[in-house]
Amino acid sequence: MKVGLFVPCYINQFYPKVAIATLELLEKLGLEVGYPLNQTCCGQPMANSGYEHLTGSTNELFTQNFAGYDYIVSPSGSCTLHIKDHLHSDKVPAEAKNIRSNIYELTEFLTDIMKVDSIKASFPYRVGVHQSCHGQRGLKLAQMTELTAPAFSKPEQLLKMVDGIELVPLTRADECCGFGGTFCVAEEAVSVKMGKDRVADHIKNNAEYITAADMSCLMHMEGILKRQKSPVKVVHIAEILNAAMV
Amino acid sequence: MSTVKDHAELAQVFNNDEKRVDWHDETLWFVRAKRDRASHGIPDWELLRETASQIKHNVLSNMHNYLVQFEDKALANGVKVHWAANAAEHNAIVLSILKEKGIDRMVKSKSMLTEECHLNDFLQDNGVEVIDSDLGERIVQLAKEPPSHIVLPCIHKKKEEIGDIFHEHLGTAAGESDPQILTETARQHLREVFLTRRAALTGVNFAIAETGEFVVCTNEGNADMGAHLADVHIASMGFEKLIPQRKHLSVFLRLLTRSATGQPITTYSSHFKKPRPGQQMHIIIVDNGRSIQLGREDFRNSLKCIRCGACMNTCPVYRRSGGHSYHTAVAGPIGSILAPNLDMKKYSDLPFASTLCGSCSNVCPVKIDIHDQLYKWRQVIVKNGYSTKTKTAMMKGMTLALSSPAIFNFSGKAGRLALKFIPFAVNNGLNPWYKQRDMPAPPEGSFTDWYKKNRKGEKS
Amino acid sequence: MSREIILNAIKQNQPELKPLPADVDFYYEQIDAAEKFKQVLEFIGGKLHTADSLADVKQQLETAFPQAERWITAMPEFAQYATLIQPADPHTLENVDVAIIKGHFGVAENGAVWVTEDLLGARALPFITQHLVILLNKNSIVPLMQQAYQLIGDGDHGYAAFIAGPSKTADIEQSLVIGAHGPRSLTVFLINDLA
Repeated sequence: MKVGLFVPCYINQFYPKVAIATLELLEKLGLEVGYPLNQTCCGQPMANSGYEHLTGSTNELFTQNFAGYDYIVSPSGSCTLHIKDHLHSDKVPAEAKNIRSNIYELTEFLTDIMKVDSIKASFPYRVGVHQSCHGQRGLKLAQMTELTAPAFSKPEQLLKMVDGIELVPLTRADECCGFGGTFCVAEEAVSVKMGKDRVADHIKNNAEYITAADMSCLMHMEGILKRQKSPVKVVHIAEILNAAMV
Repeated sequence: MSTVKDHAELAQVFNNDEKRVDWHDETLWFVRAKRDRASHGIPDWELLRETASQIKHNVLSNMHNYLVQFEDKALANGVKVHWAANAAEHNAIVLSILKEKGIDRMVKSKSMLTEECHLNDFLQDNGVEVIDSDLGERIVQLAKEPPSHIVLPCIHKKKEEIGDIFHEHLGTAAGESDPQILTETARQHLREVFLTRRAALTGVNFAIAETGEFVVCTNEGNADMGAHLADVHIASMGFEKLIPQRKHLSVFLRLLTRSATGQPITTYSSHFKKPRPGQQMHIIIVDNGRSIQLGREDFRNSLKCIRCGACMNTCPVYRRSGGHSYHTAVAGPIGSILAPNLDMKKYSDLPFASTLCGSCSNVCPVKIDIHDQLYKWRQVIVKNGYSTKTKTAMMKGMTLALSSPAIFNFSGKAGRLALKFIPFAVNNGLNPWYKQRDMPAPPEGSFTDWYKKNRKGEKS
Repeated sequence: MSREIILNAIKQNQPELKPLPADVDFYYEQIDAAEKFKQVLEFIGGKLHTADSLADVKQQLETAFPQAERWITAMPEFAQYATLIQPADPHTLENVDVAIIKGHFGVAENGAVWVTEDLLGARALPFITQHLVILLNKNSIVPLMQQAYQLIGDGDHGYAAFIAGPSKTADIEQSLVIGAHGPRSLTVFLINDLA
């Protein structure tokens, strides 16, 4: 099984440790992981801003980079969803179609494809789980509170296998953090207010760490936590699942 | 550039008072929580939503015939039917009905359509007094403001502010803010109005093609009080209010109020079919851009809307920016996909007033793909040239950088160039990111650098 | 003029015909209808009583509304206990304190009662009265709105309504206030063998 690692642009640049944790996790499962060096971005920043028509070149580049892998795995629900919904190629449409159906966000890849049922990791902290909207409502990584349907959560299913971890319940289980791509600067006031409220929910419920399957939400919340000089930290779910045993 | 403030600017003003934002957010979240409790108690909820969506889809696809059928039946029931292509024609029809009867005072129950048409201003300019009888609408009318929410028109007002308005207009004691006392005052005030007005205008929640009847839902009883005491009852409806058969009400009435307020049903679900003896009943069927929206394949589903307001209550942006920041009659997520159809330039900001979190689509009782339509409107708005030059230049720059691995991976001691093209990371003092947030500390190198060194054995 | 313009635009722009869902009547839930009706009616601010006879109803009402002066009923069989409504200008109902009417049936899932014009005497009566009393046959509670509309069928009524509880509003800061423009209270009586 050949797995291609897709590392979103901002993780590559700002949070290499998240990509390292993802790679190591996949390698620990005995997978042959490739990392195409020419990858850049899924094109979502342009598309969500109304410029999907400019994403032809990033689409072709993405298709070129990831054609031929059995699975493409990414530590981001949002970027994964964008590729799933919008990747197209005029040059090799069949390849693009393959990628759309073979790309997985990391936690769903672990639960649904790898059927992971135990994890050797330890994280002895109180952790609040932020459900990133695109992962949750887009990829259905977890049940949504709006629906009348049975509960499940792929990220929490994995986190519960980690030694010593204590998941804290939130008052609003799946409210958006307000990052929203360019929304975070175009609608600065509302974006920040949403972020502050989300962070406050975790703090109120005594979380020491906030985790998520999307680093963009965490980057936004981290920016707020740091400005508030809060001791609460953010950590990507890959880093917890890859945390060494103590 | 226009001088009209856009959603972001209006939202920023709203956010100057953070305590008030918290209050607004909590009040509407309370309504969302009631909606959850009500819907989670119905095992068939998701099936009901799907069924309602399918019924509405059938309506959209057979609208012409249903409208003709509805008109036939309504006429046979003794109701007068009028057609209005736009807001101006709707308002003119209302005025002509009143003039014919020599009526210069009218009582009105909730109708978002008349807000969309700005009927009150038009009638007042033509010497007709209009009094809104829904409590929330009466409050904003006295405050000379538009409603900020389609179901809860004065949800943005605190009871103390309402007390001040009542003190000024209805003579309550200064400082009185007890909702019980204020409501009783409005009851007495409006009872006198109901008893003295010869014309009443109501909205329409559902119009039934097979019977020609229409259903109006209220909790206060104001639509009925107005209509049953007036000589003339005018009902205004957008043509999308149609449903095919009476039995379909069983689906919609189960969904509407549970979605709206978490009640199992409104206090009154009134089925108006024929005028009472001696009364005139008029139905005005309004287009006002709806037939254009019907032709937009990506956006026609917005016409399924039954105006429950659930998407507003759940919207994290609406709750923290207030209805007025949408500067249109129907605010929130649904308003943001309806308004650009009416005026793409004026409302070009609204589809961007969202994080695309998708909660709106999940609570929608007729399963409108609201957040997908917001995404699609963004594309249409940009293609039609309603974006700024700065934004377009930035997006083109970003595309260039992200299309070239060489540029993207170029790194130097001064920092990685690609960071400049990631919109939330533009490294200058004008970047709104920094106003209330810190940037992540730049790591020593990118993941690509690490990978080359640790998996490819390259020297850094 | 506009009629043709609108209808033509619609004809041109409406999508390809999509069928109606096959069935909207298949939603049956296992609930104890009478118990659920009581529970929901009380939740929405109504009161539920049982009575052995119309005389019993009147007796209970007198205890409940000792101050009431003007009693109106639209039920000929109740005329010995309250004034039978007469055809007149509805404005004359302005000062009714208690109105007693009959309902067709109740709906368990939402506490609503179905009334039609022929049971009201005047359309305004159940709204203009200060207190509304609806008499229902004890065995007339259906579980869901689907069954309600099966009963309604193609009944031809100039006016009809579901009434669920007393009039109310929460427009001021979401504080629930009972008694907006319509009745300040709703009492439903369940009676054995109501004609």
